[in-house]
Amino acid sequence: MSKTLLRNDWVVMALFTAAVLSMPLWLAPIGAGYPDLLQKFAIFGLFAIGYNILFGLTGYLSFGHAVFLGVGSYTAVWSFKLLTMNVLPAVLFSVLMGGLFAVIIGYLSLRRSGIYFSILTLAFAQMSYNMAYSVLTPITNGETGLQLAKSDPRVIDALFIEAGEGLPSTDLFGMQMSGYPGFYFCAVLLIIGFFISLRIFRSPFGLKLLAIKSNQTRMLYTGFNTRPYLLTAFVISGMYAGLAGALMAVTDPLAGAERMQWTASGEVVLMTILGGVGTLIGPLLGVGVIKYFENIFSALNVDTLHQIFSFLPDWLENVVVWISSHFVGEGWHLTLGLLFMVIVIFLPGGLMEGFQRIGSALRNLFKRSEAVAAQPSEKE
Amino acid sequence: MGNIVLSIKNVDKTFGGLHALGDINLDIEEGKIHAIIGPNGAGKSTLLNVCIGRLAPDRGTVEFEGKNMIGMEPYEINHAGMVRVFQTPEIFPDLSILQNVMIPALAKRDGVFNFDAFKSMASNADIEEQSTRILEELGLKSQTHDHAGSMSRGDKRRLELSMGLVQHPRLLLLDEPTAGMSRHDTNRTIDLLKQIKERGMTKIIIEHDMHVVFSLADRISVLAQGRIIAQGTPDEIRGNPRVQEAYLGGAEL
Repeated sequence: MSKTLLRNDWVVMALFTAAVLSMPLWLAPIGAGYPDLLQKFAIFGLFAIGYNILFGLTGYLSFGHAVFLGVGSYTAVWSFKLLTMNVLPAVLFSVLMGGLFAVIIGYLSLRRSGIYFSILTLAFAQMSYNMAYSVLTPITNGETGLQLAKSDPRVIDALFIEAGEGLPSTDLFGMQMSGYPGFYFCAVLLIIGFFISLRIFRSPFGLKLLAIKSNQTRMLYTGFNTRPYLLTAFVISGMYAGLAGALMAVTDPLAGAERMQWTASGEVVLMTILGGVGTLIGPLLGVGVIKYFENIFSALNVDTLHQIFSFLPDWLENVVVWISSHFVGEGWHLTLGLLFMVIVIFLPGGLMEGFQRIGSALRNLFKRSEAVAAQPSEKE
Repeated sequence: MGNIVLSIKNVDKTFGGLHALGDINLDIEEGKIHAIIGPNGAGKSTLLNVCIGRLAPDRGTVEFEGKNMIGMEPYEINHAGMVRVFQTPEIFPDLSILQNVMIPALAKRDGVFNFDAFKSMASNADIEEQSTRILEELGLKSQTHDHAGSMSRGDKRRLELSMGLVQHPRLLLLDEPTAGMSRHDTNRTIDLLKQIKERGMTKIIIEHDMHVVFSLADRISVLAQGRIIAQGTPDEIRGNPRVQEAYLGGAEL
């Protein structure tokens, strides 16, 4: 019954919308109910949803998706500098630029599949990263990063309002995009992004992408030209990344090249795999878990560890603190690595597989107890 | 003689020093079942691969309904109406059985590329119905939502056949459609192929099993060492001493 209900798109969307919009409430008890972190959930959520359309449906593992993130951020900041502090044009241009870059990189990289495709995307990403630091400095402002300045033209804003004192902030028709309004703006886009992804997953187009993942050669002999399908999926996921990049600039209007580094590309791969590749909700779970634990673990330091373990005898406390200090703060990536290894080894399908296993175990348990309950009545 | 659907002219193919196909000339008549037989390594599969665009011949043409197919992409050949059923099942193991048949049905309807990301699957009831009907015909109805990867080998062959049939091709190329099937399944497949014959679909069958060949074929071509050594009706082939020599070492067919 619940399964057939979940096949209905509108039921899924209603549940999802309610869950996202009420995040400040239900995440508050675990200390994640503040706008900064919530914005991160929404932004990386969009990034991962888009990435999952490529990786989850077609199986093509891109190691360079951070390029589109970076391109989105730069485009958004330029839109703030040249046109207006209104976020809508910034978002629109970033999505388009993300898509444009994806057309170019995708067209070239999709000539190969498997590991060669991954290497090509990685090469393009590193190339873009290095170019942002070197020859493209006039556009990217190199190491300093692209920032707003008081002398920026902002031609559209200049027509309507007097420039105030200090740097202006991003807004949506007068509503400032920091704090909760910023989160809700990201949340609305996350909901729209999720809806599009849901439709793609359940469309013939999505089915064809899955078939390409399953047996691409057969697709050719079945009458499909697979290249345009792959390119379309690549461009869609690039546009999602562009959008995520724009939202990073919306909530904090600066852009640096480190956003394009390979670690950023790797992060979205981790998130998607951790949550469950090819599932609708999985990537979002991956984002939630990684960003939440990053927030907690990287904030811990030796002093806080001493407080946590103060109930232990002194010598033991020192040993435990010494060991655990390597896993927090700067060492958070060590924790992430371990977490990732555990998930991949024991739950290759990610957290979603874990939930499914728990679900089916519970169902079996119910069935057995029902069977036990039914037996005596049979005898009567 | 009826309409010629497929015309293979002067096709040559060598692999290194091996002469796989030498000057093959073959005409396939509309609505007929044409069997190609021959010992292992005679070049049967190579010939099919040339027809379907998997291999380019060194020389010669393959004309399908008057159009040269050489150099065309596999998906273009598919849309021209020539569809191959593979010997080792080439299915989509991660999709359900029903989806496996829906994919070729969608190809037939949508063409080589169609961006329909915002149509729901529910609006494709006709495709689903069409696919279900074919599966029913081939006796795979009961398990349509199972993963295709977990089917038995014989069932995979039948699924493979459904995937070809759902496209209603004008020419169906069958590469050993009954290999690995039990006698019972083989006879069912023969019956099925006979039924389809009555619908007027032209077929080329590559087959080892003489029982299948002689119960189905209208014409037979015998391939040996890359050359056609005999052509004719089943009765002519049965009585041809050269064929017996080459194919069975003189044993009675």
